[in-house]
Amino acid sequence: MRNLAIILFLSIFSLGAQASGNAHPMDHIKTDVSDMESLQSGFALFSSYCFGCHSLKYARYERTASDIQIPLNIMEENILVGNAKIGQLMTNSMSTDQATVWFGSPPPDLTLSARLRGADWLYNYLRGFYADTKRPYGVNNAIFKDVGMPHVLAGLQGVCAEAPHLGVEPVVDPLSGNIIKSSGCAEYAVEGSLAPAEYDEAIYDLVNFLTYVGEPSRLESEDIGRSVLIFLMFLFVFAYFLNKEYWRDIH
Amino acid sequence: MQKLISWIDARLPIVEAFENHMSKYYAPKNFNVWYIFGVLSMLVLVNQILTGVWLTMSYTPTAEGAFASVEYIMRDVEYGWLLRYLHSTGASAFFMVIYLHMFRGIMYGSYQKPRELIWIFGMTIYLALMAEGFMGYLLPWGQMSYWGAQVIVNLFGAIPYIGDDLSLWIRGDYLISGVTLNRFFALHVVALPIVILALVVLHILALHTVGSNNPDGIEIKENKDENGIPLDGIPFHPYYSVHDIVGIVVFLFVFCGVVFFFPEMGGYFLEKPNFEPANPLKTPDHIAPVWYFTPFYAMLRAIPDAFMGVVVMGGAIAILFVLPWLDRSPVKSIRYKGMISKVALVLLIVSFVVLGYLGVVVATPERTMWARILTAVYFGFFILMPWYSKIEKTKPVPKRVTG
Repeated sequence: MRNLAIILFLSIFSLGAQASGNAHPMDHIKTDVSDMESLQSGFALFSSYCFGCHSLKYARYERTASDIQIPLNIMEENILVGNAKIGQLMTNSMSTDQATVWFGSPPPDLTLSARLRGADWLYNYLRGFYADTKRPYGVNNAIFKDVGMPHVLAGLQGVCAEAPHLGVEPVVDPLSGNIIKSSGCAEYAVEGSLAPAEYDEAIYDLVNFLTYVGEPSRLESEDIGRSVLIFLMFLFVFAYFLNKEYWRDIH
Repeated sequence: MQKLISWIDARLPIVEAFENHMSKYYAPKNFNVWYIFGVLSMLVLVNQILTGVWLTMSYTPTAEGAFASVEYIMRDVEYGWLLRYLHSTGASAFFMVIYLHMFRGIMYGSYQKPRELIWIFGMTIYLALMAEGFMGYLLPWGQMSYWGAQVIVNLFGAIPYIGDDLSLWIRGDYLISGVTLNRFFALHVVALPIVILALVVLHILALHTVGSNNPDGIEIKENKDENGIPLDGIPFHPYYSVHDIVGIVVFLFVFCGVVFFFPEMGGYFLEKPNFEPANPLKTPDHIAPVWYFTPFYAMLRAIPDAFMGVVVMGGAIAILFVLPWLDRSPVKSIRYKGMISKVALVLLIVSFVVLGYLGVVVATPERTMWARILTAVYFGFFILMPWYSKIEKTKPVPKRVTG
């Protein structure tokens, strides 16, 4: 039992070291959690492609639907898993033990993934898969080397033949005006149903949704925050003149 | 109203207390902006207690439930996110105002006779606050909470003979576990707040007995008018109460800006690994304490020997306690001290800030060398003080306060 714990400890430790030891250049995105259309399509993508393995176990169906303006009846008819109720947390039924057998480690809950890894990391990771016959699921990832996850979105993106370029400033040929180098796959081993730009946009929406679900209070917070700061500015004027009035006779 | 006050006053001296501490407490009239941080630390203390009480109502102090209960507060409790951000930002703000308050005291010699006891109480508050911050940081039960606590409790293990038993006793287990979480919760929400509140009362009672120092370091009680009121003193209320309101509003503007717009503060107020539940089997690649501990953490890492590192780190805090007896200068304020004291003070601040930076980043041989040099500079400020504060030529101190 003790030896097992040590082996587990060492293997997970080395996995973690590899995961972050790689400082790959990345493309940057600016998330916008007030873009409801983007959040909705991100959530749609999440529920069809990610939800089978990854839960959002700290977030509730109803709150999420209301926040991103999905009518509750549409949510109940299309998104709810099994006989889940709309007030429940978005858990799934994959067992940790089985998942460990299938993928090496259980797929992590994604509620806080955007706060843990950052939006840029997710955006690049999900665009970072490429064909690698040495791996059990035939793919590797440029951002997270030897990751256990298969390329679930291969039907949309296709599969890159080589590690995709990420974090590359687009280089334009000055004579023809053609883009000769940019982020993304140079060549596809398998074609997907989406054009590269469409896939990037779909991933942007997904990451945007994960950013929202990581901190659902963000918009409300900034809304209240603006009023609070304006109130404090007014209060400052009164406080300043009150102080001045009292201190007039002190020299 | 007046009748009610006299009814109470006949039974409890509230009028006298108000006069002693507010309307007839004479404070020097030349306070500058550095004198706002005392009242600000009281404000933040009240914020921490109020938001803390409400957080406790929804928090679960168990290893199984802690992380999820924090997310429950963030999502399902009405304005729970606001309570939590006020509390987490408040923790950082507390240390920020306390550090500035301590710097003010060092700069104007506020620890010198007759204010030694005020300084000692203040330092004890700082010590209790470090324990409070450290224990509170474990409660969200994230990865950094867990491993930060693991590292810090292990420091006690470096003490010869008793070290291992001592860290075992602190944890209540062979590694940080639910038992540790439970006891840290009890200490964080019950024991330490009581200690801190009691110390704050003592700090203020001692202050109001001897009176406040000021940027000139002059005793205003030495120049009184025929009624026994200091010529350079003004009643705290209303003059400084209205003065402090301005400072409080400015502080709240900055504080609320962080709370509502940048509560993570780029990973310094809320560290990113803490968005992942504690996992005893997975050590993070880079364990960094929260920013307010990093100067001391940098000193710890700079010393090759583990036990000596702990001694140096403890010494860096302990030496502050004896500051009143290290300063042999005939003057209090930096305004009238000599050039060596001024340079020494600048070096102290530079070393503390840069050590704070070095404690955040990954150690490299070059950075470790800098950490060693700056640790020496930090201690040099204190150890050499009896010498340089005595030999340097000071400027004459005016009889009455200036500006």
